[in-house]
Amino acid sequence: MTLTRRDVENIALLARLEITEAELPVYVGSLSSILAFVEQLSAAPTADVLPMAHPLEGQSQPLREDRVTESDRHDAYQANAPAVEAGLYLVPKVIE
Amino acid sequence: MSLHASTAAEIGRALAAREYSSVEVTRHFLERIERANPALNAFVTVTAERALADAKRADARIARGEGGPLTGVPLAHKDIFCTDGILTSCGSRMLANFVAPYDATVVAKLDAAGMVLLGKTNMDEFAMGSSNETSHYGPVRNPWDAARVPGGSSGGSAAAVAARIAPVATGTDTGGSIRQPGALTGLTGFKPTYGRVSRYGMIAFASSLDQAGVLAHSAEDAALVLAAMAGHDARDSTSVDVPVPDYAAGLDRPVKGLKIGIIREFFGDGLEAETGAAVRAAIDAFRAEGATVEELSLPNLPLSVPTYYVVAPAECSSNLSRFDGVRFGHRCSDPKDLMDLYRRSRGEGFGAEVKRRIMTGTYVLSAGYYDAYYLKAQKVRSLINEDFRRAFATVDVLMGPTAPTPAFAIGAKTDDPILMYLNDIYTIGANLAGLPAVSVPCGLSGGLPVGLQVIGPHFAEERLLAVAHAWQRATDWHRRIPEAYA
Repeated sequence: MTLTRRDVENIALLARLEITEAELPVYVGSLSSILAFVEQLSAAPTADVLPMAHPLEGQSQPLREDRVTESDRHDAYQANAPAVEAGLYLVPKVIE
Repeated sequence: MSLHASTAAEIGRALAAREYSSVEVTRHFLERIERANPALNAFVTVTAERALADAKRADARIARGEGGPLTGVPLAHKDIFCTDGILTSCGSRMLANFVAPYDATVVAKLDAAGMVLLGKTNMDEFAMGSSNETSHYGPVRNPWDAARVPGGSSGGSAAAVAARIAPVATGTDTGGSIRQPGALTGLTGFKPTYGRVSRYGMIAFASSLDQAGVLAHSAEDAALVLAAMAGHDARDSTSVDVPVPDYAAGLDRPVKGLKIGIIREFFGDGLEAETGAAVRAAIDAFRAEGATVEELSLPNLPLSVPTYYVVAPAECSSNLSRFDGVRFGHRCSDPKDLMDLYRRSRGEGFGAEVKRRIMTGTYVLSAGYYDAYYLKAQKVRSLINEDFRRAFATVDVLMGPTAPTPAFAIGAKTDDPILMYLNDIYTIGANLAGLPAVSVPCGLSGGLPVGLQVIGPHFAEERLLAVAHAWQRATDWHRRIPEAYA
């Protein structure tokens, strides 16, 4: 599998990553070689094999009582935000 | 014996016997960190004040007769574990300003055991790497040879323990990130069964593979720390509700009659000769002690690395989508719109290897490629799991090398991702199948440590620790200290 510059630009857009002009050819090369490397999986006989969902058998999703267990830590969590105002997260204007 | 040459268990016993105080022990290690860390780069953050406060509290607890085996013993946490009020960077520029607002369960549990927090250790960015060269904070040096890598991603934890600037440290293992650095620095690196230890507050890389564990001097140390950190946690729905045995109490189980399987696929091309010889000699020694040894084939195991490099990047691309420049972490300056904010914050905040994995994952999950890559890999993962299940129907443990070579030179593999990925060729299988595994030092190659890997069935932690302990009673490889740090 060989990717083009356009492919990598598209993947970077989907992944919400800005890739510089200088980085682009490096990723075209390394992502192509990774995809070529994982290509060997296609030869594995998996016709009747189910995809693995969990390493442990017989696990079920645990349930707990439906009650509030978290305290309000709004301020502590927002202390790490790059920009807040009146308890809200600030981002560039989305709607004109 | 000098204080820093002692194991964590020995320090705990000496504290309980009041031979010295936790404050004295803590000062000793803080001084060693101050001297050695500028060259090693093992710590991102040293929490000296916090450590001395912890130590005073531990001394009071011991004086009241309420101490446990680890009370007052210092430790270091890999910087992937959230620590309340302390920088938690995950080795990334993205989180270089992130002060965690809560403790990971592992951190809270070891704190409750009375352990003393020395600081947070360097690591490959978001635990993605096998050499500790992808860290935003620069590479970590191997205490055995400063020109070489300590392995990764828990390289800072490994270097700190190997250099005896911390008695024990936590790590995480998604594809070998505890065992491989353990092997490359001469330590006991223990990765428990998937779900044995809570992942709450442990920054996620690949959630179906990630598991917390220990980098220690001995199986006894690993047993004590693991017992303190394991257990069900309502805050992690994948943590299993299975009682935690007293691991230390089971250490003396004999290895006579143990059925050992040697994984044939682990002794092929790519295994360095001296490494292979040291591992074979160790297995022969178990045979001499009354274990039976048979060679087994796990035919799908060679597909572990390609399987991992579909599954892990897929999960990583999903997990790391939370870093959006809005709620926490790095934000670019002057974003012109929301898309620009996302793309530049992430483009600037993540390093090259993390971006490579996010893009690999994005690609294999994208429309039209999901079946060919992700679904296929999850099916091959079933085949690998089945190989292990079949093997454990006839043997108690599997043995082989931990890593194909001893520690390599810094910079030697940074230009070729595939070459770097193949460092984990023997460790990834246990992650894909969720199995517990341990690396124990078993010899030297060119003066550098070699690790013997022991893999067990799910929840066979006690058996693995007993096997490792038996080995360490008969040998002194785990007691070797790199000359510069003796």
